[in-house]
Amino acid sequence: MNRNLKKYFPLFVLPTLVAFTIAFLIPFLLGIYLSFTKFTTVNDATFIGFGNYIKAFQNHDFLNALWFTTKFVVVSVLTINIFAFAVALLLTRGKKGTNVFRTIFFMPNLIGGIVLGYIWKLIINGILARYGVTLTYSETYGFWGLVVLMNWQMIGYMMIIYIAGIQSVPDELMEAAKIDGASRWQLLRHVTLPMVMPSITICLFLTLSNSFKLFDQNLALTAGDPSKRSSMLALDIYNTFYGRNGWEGVGQAKAVVFFIIVAVIALLQLKITRKKEVES
Amino acid sequence: MRRAKKAVALIVTLLMTASLCSGCGSKKSTEIYFLNFKPEIAQVYEDIAKDYEAETGVKVKVVTAASGTYEETLRSEVAKSDPPTIFQINGPVGFQNWKDYCADLKDTNLYAHLSDKSLAVTEGDGVYGIPYAVEGYGIIYNQAIMDKYFAMGGVVSSMDEIKDFTTLKSVVEDMQSKKADLGIEGVFASTSMASGEQWRWQTHLANIPLYYEFKDNTAYDNTILAGLASDEINFTYSDNFRNVFDLYINNSCTEKGMLSGKSVSDSMAEFALGQCAMVQNGNWAWAQIKEVSGNTVKEEDIKFMPIYSGIAGEASQGLCVGTENYFAVNSQVSDELQKASEDFLYWLFSSDKGKDYVVNQLGFISPFDTFADDEKPNDPLSKEVLAWMEKDTTSVVWAFASFPSEEFKNQFGDALLEYTQGNQDWDYVVNTVKDAWKSEKANQ
Repeated sequence: MNRNLKKYFPLFVLPTLVAFTIAFLIPFLLGIYLSFTKFTTVNDATFIGFGNYIKAFQNHDFLNALWFTTKFVVVSVLTINIFAFAVALLLTRGKKGTNVFRTIFFMPNLIGGIVLGYIWKLIINGILARYGVTLTYSETYGFWGLVVLMNWQMIGYMMIIYIAGIQSVPDELMEAAKIDGASRWQLLRHVTLPMVMPSITICLFLTLSNSFKLFDQNLALTAGDPSKRSSMLALDIYNTFYGRNGWEGVGQAKAVVFFIIVAVIALLQLKITRKKEVES
Repeated sequence: MRRAKKAVALIVTLLMTASLCSGCGSKKSTEIYFLNFKPEIAQVYEDIAKDYEAETGVKVKVVTAASGTYEETLRSEVAKSDPPTIFQINGPVGFQNWKDYCADLKDTNLYAHLSDKSLAVTEGDGVYGIPYAVEGYGIIYNQAIMDKYFAMGGVVSSMDEIKDFTTLKSVVEDMQSKKADLGIEGVFASTSMASGEQWRWQTHLANIPLYYEFKDNTAYDNTILAGLASDEINFTYSDNFRNVFDLYINNSCTEKGMLSGKSVSDSMAEFALGQCAMVQNGNWAWAQIKEVSGNTVKEEDIKFMPIYSGIAGEASQGLCVGTENYFAVNSQVSDELQKASEDFLYWLFSSDKGKDYVVNQLGFISPFDTFADDEKPNDPLSKEVLAWMEKDTTSVVWAFASFPSEEFKNQFGDALLEYTQGNQDWDYVVNTVKDAWKSEKANQ
């Protein structure tokens, strides 16, 4: 069996490997190379060293987007996970209509980001119209608009993951704790939470990386207005790459920096939360 | 049995690999690829392509970039194995970006028939962009509403009396105060400030003060060249810009705070529905006015007037007339394809069928001598532009062809939005514009 597996290994891995190389590895390496060059289209590039990176970090818009994104990530990761966990707790009590509510909460996640962005733009502008302003009046409006939108979209998805986690907490464990006289809060804090740690790991990872990489919602909701102050990293990179002639390389450099930031934070988070996971 | 299994496994794997690769194969094509800049006339180009194929057997592929995404579409299309053979550049600045891809068109038939050779984009001896449509913009007004106002006994009694900003301002403000009687919601259509919809202000309106500033530069007799040579600008006539801009936003049918949600189509719809009397736009807007369902404005009532901003001697100022549409042929495709592309363009602007399309469907005012006098577009706005060009006024050149970059315009537009919303004062706009010009020039 083992011998066979070895023999067929290249045969079975090959398609995936080819796909991975064509669709990921080559573009990725090419992208890193391009970040050190000046180019108009991807096949005529001249090497210029670290110039693009210097320009990227001197670029006020980029630093602004970085700060805006960081604030957004902190707020949205916290709110999404807290709300999603709370909803998951409520919907695992076996109350009537649980399934209907689960479905309803999950539904926003099925709509694409651009559409959601426009829907919320209409809703928020409709409310703000009473005060004679619009969403793009100040970046604070855009910020909270994005937080609300992201919450609305992601809570359902995270809720499903938390529900699966909560349901897999063994009943005997809960019962044992109850017999020992644990209060409801103690049950949650010392039994449920440690047991759903794997779900928390995955939810944190998903919300963190999705919030960091947020693009279409940002584009549809505010498009960076006013004065690019509400544009997040992905949108800023897009605008640099496509919006400014001669800045393609800088856009690419920003994208590489962006990748490193997301990768480092995501890996750190995975490592930290993994440590807290327990075996039942 | 084992062999059979092996064979099956092998075949499946091969199939999977093959299906992955099916997209890679590139076929050699001899068709012309035309990357269209104007979504509003995309359908007409499709028809032209069909007719051209029927007549000559040469296939023309027309791809249209979505509004505002031409540069990025071009960038990704050019990198493909079947790149566009004909594309468009927006003038000398656009040419700088696409230099390596623009073929020399000096010896083409089309260039030979260009009536004013100075309109072309040139460098050294070479001709790299041929303009194909002259356009004009100003303030479009609805004669019916104006007549109603004059009948009520206004500040002036006919449009001919409005010859400067002071008169325009008093008329507009008087009209705004009587808007209920006039049956309008405001004199001007919404000043569209949504992102991507600000070009009427940061490009077209901005042209007026900067044109006069470049004109003051006596070292050049051409304002575009003067602009291209300026590393910095003073924005000398910023108050004139403010005059007009304030007039637009204070006498609009939309509250100031709500303008950031408005698009150009919204403004044109307001005009078409008779909710406002004036709107700043160009002759291309006719298509939009015409298409609004339930439009109430009559064809013969649509008129143009120059944008007066309070600059000395503006009584003789005409509309802003120029072009930012230049055809370029891709120099990186085969000679055969380049030739075919040039032939197609020449056919479009010289054959009877092609000219018919250009005049009646594309609605271009074409700068070629292949067009007879009776072969001019007859939509109301193009007719007005032609009429103004013949009047005793001086047309304002499209000096914005020399604006350093899109980024400059965007920063200008962003500053205008902040000013409109009251977050920033006018000095902020002036400083932003000056700084943006300087830094974008330095980046070139």
